Amino acid sequence: MNISAIIDIFPQLLKGLGVTVTVLIASALIAYLMAFIAGLCRLSNHIVIRKVTGFYVEVFRGTSLIVQLFWLYYAIPMLFGIQLGSNWWAGVIAIGLNYGAYLSEVVRGSIQSVAKGQTEAAIALNMSRFQRMRLIIFPQAVRMMLPEFGNYTIQMLKGTALVSLIGLKDVLYYGDIMRSTNLSQAPLIYLLVLVLYFILALPLIWLTRKGESISKKGVASG
Amino acid sequence: MNSNYWNWDTFLEALPIVLKGLGITIGLTFTCFFFALLFGFVWTFLRRIPNKPLNWIITWTMEFIRSTPPLVQLFFIFYAWPMIPGIGVTLSPFTSAVIGLGIHFSTYIGEIYRSGIESVDKGQWEAAKALNFSTVDKWRRIILPQALPPTIPMLGNYFIIMFKEVPLASTIGVAGILLMANTYGAQNWAYLEPLTIVGIIFLLLSYPSAILIKRLEIKLNTRFDKKATLENMKKGAMM
Repeated sequence: MNISAIIDIFPQLLKGLGVTVTVLIASALIAYLMAFIAGLCRLSNHIVIRKVTGFYVEVFRGTSLIVQLFWLYYAIPMLFGIQLGSNWWAGVIAIGLNYGAYLSEVVRGSIQSVAKGQTEAAIALNMSRFQRMRLIIFPQAVRMMLPEFGNYTIQMLKGTALVSLIGLKDVLYYGDIMRSTNLSQAPLIYLLVLVLYFILALPLIWLTRKGESISKKGVASG
Repeated sequence: MNSNYWNWDTFLEALPIVLKGLGITIGLTFTCFFFALLFGFVWTFLRRIPNKPLNWIITWTMEFIRSTPPLVQLFFIFYAWPMIPGIGVTLSPFTSAVIGLGIHFSTYIGEIYRSGIESVDKGQWEAAKALNFSTVDKWRRIILPQALPPTIPMLGNYFIIMFKEVPLASTIGVAGILLMANTYGAQNWAYLEPLTIVGIIFLLLSYPSAILIKRLEIKLNTRFDKKATLENMKKGAMM
């Protein structure tokens, strides 16, 4: 392993950094949004809303991300006759909906695990259903969600590597291109790809640990 | 329904072809999981070595493997490993997948074992010492029989997660259901039906398994709880 080879390879990989990071941010935003929408819908009093969101959650949790990615990539244009704009959207939607389904279970579980006495106290204080959720349940539940949101964001980062399979030019894509032209460099190339993903993961690992300590402290001491 | 986009004839034609890959997909899942279960022990025991620098290295190696994409790790094993001078050997796609996914998941499994071992009561360790058990006997007869059963539901969940990660191996040429579907799609320019079949197969297998594990979890919990309550009752009676 020599330094000059690293200096050659690393800038090539960095060309894909923009796609990897934007796919991660966009799919994370979709996932967080879906998590709260689906998580709250599953707690709805309305059975149809509960069943429909339950179906979404189980389908996306029950199948693989890579299958969903290919399915959306090939199926959406064929099935509905619309082009999704670009592969970028197919990737972002697949990752967003997949992890949104997992995270919605986190949202639901956290809200349900807020002690029942809290709801009763809020009712006793004559709060409306919305006030109860916003002022009493949510601030406690969100803290409990933080570590899992961190963990799943790291999972999403790992999932973004799949978008190279549908032709997006991310970090792995440039790594594959270099490997195909210079097979003997493969070990160094993939090692650097892994290191680059790990560098991206480090802040997320740090945030997850931070989230763990916040969730342990709870509301009262904050 | 028979539109330009969805064709039942294609569906029926693709079904047996995709199903041909099912044996490999399931076989790979079990083999990877077995490897991960074994290798998980290696991590658990490496982390117990009382040496600060070594411990730090092991912890961060696990973190590295866990937070980088398994897809890249597969490519590393399959494309890069044979190129490493001295130790490099060419591995079949199946073996590469077993090693790649096995090692990736072993870092999670190692943590599960650790949580199980840490939940064994301190008195049990002391009792083993007091009864002059050898290290092997201590682990085999006292610690592991108590540490492992409560981790079974968690391990089961990882089995399902692994089942869903196994189609990654199609990218290096393991002929499971996803590769079968993609090959059929490329030959007939019809991806929708075969990929839908793959999705349905995953759903049919993973959803019931998840429910089964949930039941197992409830069963195990009540069993351990019962034991705990019985012990507390005994303690109460003695006092």
